[in-house]
Amino acid sequence: MTESALLSGTQKVYSYPDATGRYGRFGGKFVPETLMPALRELEEAFHAFQADAKFQERLTAYRRDYIGRPTPLFHAARFSEHLGGAKIYFKREDLAHTGAHKINNALGQTLLAKEMGKDRIIAETGAGQHGVATATAAALLGLHCEVYMGEEDMERQRLNVFRMELMGARVIPVKSGTKTLKDAINEAIRDWVTNVTTTHYVLGTVHGPHPYPLICREFQRIIGHEAREQILEKEGRLPHCLIACVGGGSNSIGLFFEFLQDEEVRMIGVEAGGHGPETGEHAARFAGGAEGTLHGAMSYVLQDPDGQILGTHSVSAGLDYPSVGPEHAHLMSSGRVEYVYANDSEALEAFQLVSRMEGIIPALESAHALAHAAKAAPAMSPEDIVIVNMSGRGDKDVQQAIRLLDPEKSGPEAG
Amino acid sequence: MNRIDARFAALRKEGQAAFIPYITAGDPTLDDTARYVLALERAGASVVELGVPFSDPLADGTVNQEAALRALKGHVSLRNILGMVKELRRDTEIPIVLFSYFNPVLAYGVEAFARDAAEAGVDGLLCVDLPLEETEAYGPILHSAGLATVFLIAPTSPDDRVKRIAEASSGFIYYVSRTGVTGAQESVETAVKGMVAAIRRHTDKPVAVGFGISTPEQAREVAAYADGVVVGSAIVRLIGELGGGAEAAEKVAAFAAELADGVRTSRRPMAT
Repeated sequence: MTESALLSGTQKVYSYPDATGRYGRFGGKFVPETLMPALRELEEAFHAFQADAKFQERLTAYRRDYIGRPTPLFHAARFSEHLGGAKIYFKREDLAHTGAHKINNALGQTLLAKEMGKDRIIAETGAGQHGVATATAAALLGLHCEVYMGEEDMERQRLNVFRMELMGARVIPVKSGTKTLKDAINEAIRDWVTNVTTTHYVLGTVHGPHPYPLICREFQRIIGHEAREQILEKEGRLPHCLIACVGGGSNSIGLFFEFLQDEEVRMIGVEAGGHGPETGEHAARFAGGAEGTLHGAMSYVLQDPDGQILGTHSVSAGLDYPSVGPEHAHLMSSGRVEYVYANDSEALEAFQLVSRMEGIIPALESAHALAHAAKAAPAMSPEDIVIVNMSGRGDKDVQQAIRLLDPEKSGPEAG
Repeated sequence: MNRIDARFAALRKEGQAAFIPYITAGDPTLDDTARYVLALERAGASVVELGVPFSDPLADGTVNQEAALRALKGHVSLRNILGMVKELRRDTEIPIVLFSYFNPVLAYGVEAFARDAAEAGVDGLLCVDLPLEETEAYGPILHSAGLATVFLIAPTSPDDRVKRIAEASSGFIYYVSRTGVTGAQESVETAVKGMVAAIRRHTDKPVAVGFGISTPEQAREVAAYADGVVVGSAIVRLIGELGGGAEAAEKVAAFAAELADGVRTSRRPMAT
């Protein structure tokens, strides 16, 4: 079968989301009535700007001149050799402006908000990466920006709070619930329900009510689009396997999407195993969750038998979330993508190994993908090409790593 | 006839609007909730809305969030709420509507929920995060068990949606009097009256107004043009301050009686 035949053939099969925002039985719009017209408006505006050449030109220019795209595809020779199996490449999203893939979506949505005539944007943030990316885009485009962040996360990520404020954003502490990411999303939605006519909510991942998972995917698929071109140029063939970490799931969808029609390419999403799913302290939704609705979407959710949402744990704040994007739930149930998990300790080990082997300090999120690569690569042959998404850089995690790896240096409460 | 329909039909005959208090089930305990329901009925409530506590109540303001957390600390679940309603049915025929987020219902199983809720004596369900579009698969299951499905209409709902929601809603239609979350406010937006009239152009089903009504004066004002007045956070806040017990129930009943009085003494046009 020729490539174009394969492509057109699969496009018929893979046409998600459908008109109702569903990916199979996942997705949809599980939100209060007040937001339904705003979601409709957002969907229409998004489709209009997708088809608008001027908008696309501006986006392309910002991606090139501001974000620094395309990001490199780097052959991690020493890491590959050390593992003694597959030939491993890193897609270097850590080199994007602000240090992670988050800017791809934040900038795209902020540009969209500006075109829609909204003068205020709001965002939620856990560790602060999406908040920083949104504050960055707001500064660039001159919009008023407010970021909801759990009080506990603000304490843990003071540096990112300062970065956001430095760029003119206001960081609003969230004191409700568990005072972390999921509660920041609740507050952001409450704000949006109240100020829906003037405000655009820049949701940070491929979750939430339709059209958010679609919008975020479309702004992130540039990752896989570039990676596919780059690997074809470097190797003349497609990779054997793609590996990416999955929190909400935007960096992984971003890498996977352009390869979905390439049936020979294996795809593996790596969730946060925390202390191990058997301990109950984790964020492995596919290993330990069930179908449910949270934050506007039907997907997999960590919940108790009564449908109450459970607390999560991960060494990586960016993966510490009780649900996962609905498209991932669909790709899991269709079998197209495999989902595994890496525990805290495995991620920390990969964090150190890649720092030593390649001189690249990965984000703890990305370290989960690297940990799985380290497990899987030795069983592969040097002919097998693996692309791991280096979704972010690890500077933000250095203090956390010191605390976990060298408790004596950071005082008695560590470990 | 469903208890909700019977009650609204009777009120309509008398030219009265319904007073619909909302309380969070299990705050502070389910025994207290049962006592509060009976106290509210004595105070003049026509229908009672029971909030099903959820860990992530994104349509609720602080007062209801805290009530849900208090209830969840006592391990209240949909299952034992239905058990409480079933016992309550020995003492009262007041129409009961559950106000829930969808996930607890989904986790229970929609069919099992519909069967058990109807059997327990629940009359209707309002899922705040289940808009019209997501109801297609579930509406028939709830209806065939005999449950009413109450839908929300918001100030942002365009007229074509208002029409479709009005058609799909049963029991009554719940008009959210403002864009925002639940909670008390100083004044009820004046546009509310116009929107209620706009809904009436599409339906003769009862239209209740809620979100932000907290005083007898506001209740009286809204009862002049709506078929029902929902008061939630103001009562929930009082319960939060008082806790449980018989004395607290009497105090809540006294406040509810003022609200009910506001509704009853409202100047309503003779024919509605």
